[in-house]
Amino acid sequence: MTTVLLNRRNLLAAGGCVLATGVSGLLLPARAQGVVPTASMPGGANNYFKGAPTVDRIGKGGFWMSGTVRRAGDGAPLAGQRIQIWAHTTEGREHEPQSHGATLTDKNGAFRLEMPQIIPIFGQPHGHLAYDSGEFKTVFLRPVMRSAKDTSLEAHFVLQPV
Amino acid sequence: MARVTLIWLALASAICVPIAAAGTSPLLAWRDPVYILACFAGIIALGLVLVQPLLIGGYLSGLSAYRGRRIHHWIGGALVVAVVVHVGGLWITSPPDMIDALLFVSPTPFSPWGVIAMWAIFAVAALAALRRRLGLRAQTWRIVHMPLAIIIVAGSVVHAMLIEGTMETISKAALCALVLAASVKVMADLRVWRKRTTSREESIARQ
Repeated sequence: MTTVLLNRRNLLAAGGCVLATGVSGLLLPARAQGVVPTASMPGGANNYFKGAPTVDRIGKGGFWMSGTVRRAGDGAPLAGQRIQIWAHTTEGREHEPQSHGATLTDKNGAFRLEMPQIIPIFGQPHGHLAYDSGEFKTVFLRPVMRSAKDTSLEAHFVLQPV
Repeated sequence: MARVTLIWLALASAICVPIAAAGTSPLLAWRDPVYILACFAGIIALGLVLVQPLLIGGYLSGLSAYRGRRIHHWIGGALVVAVVVHVGGLWITSPPDMIDALLFVSPTPFSPWGVIAMWAIFAVAALAALRRRLGLRAQTWRIVHMPLAIIIVAGSVVHAMLIEGTMETISKAALCALVLAASVKVMADLRVWRKRTTSREESIARQ
């Protein structure tokens, strides 16, 4: 019969092992997988509704939302992906239809949509973006502007196949 | 008399200047009445948090200790109303954002501070209302109220400072500094952390 010795030395050694495997476990898969998928941000889906129309510009414009869409793992740019954008702007509040619009990525996986100036709401000047087309896992982003006076904002997606 | 006027003038401007400054915020143009009401309820609540320690410390000349304490109770009730209007108005403006804040999953760093201060305000108000029924003695009440007061002050100040909203930065910082200064002063003056000795014990100690 074996007796498990639970003294301080054993405990420290075991703890060290757990810590070492745990930390390397956190670091290594990222390297193995290459480009890791973007996680949805807290609050990213707030005031979202499905199926915003694809538009050339939201409202009267004056502010640029841009970014890229890539595939998880190899990081290949994804063309023709629908990105939905909405925010509290000079022309409407987040939940209002005129504040929503969508655009498609070009062959380099980049998107760029002109929209009205974003105004701070709920204490932060921020925008909302969604990838929600089904081919990849849904991602909601909520980037915050460095300054409320900024006239552009970026958000980047790395999508994971379903 | 001049000193009395000066103190009351200083208090009035400490609260009214930030409110007036927020009234000129360009952000108001893109907000609807309910949201604006919620914003100003928050600013007024911060102003009331300044009044509370001043009342209890007896720094507002012309008020007896008894009157000061009575008004402290009423202002406490007003603070609850202001917070309810603030949270309720924000809920109507954007329900998902408010629910995130109340559940502590909001992306905004200031939200948990405000929510914690809100619960501390509700707790103090509930305990104050039930104080007699619960039979809380003065000493017990102080032990309960002081940590909650510290949470309310710290929570409100951090909450306000981190927000990028209608409040103008300098008047907001000044109001927050006054709230902190008044709270620290009243706690130091009343030596709230010390065990209160009765006047008889003091006279025995002096002999």
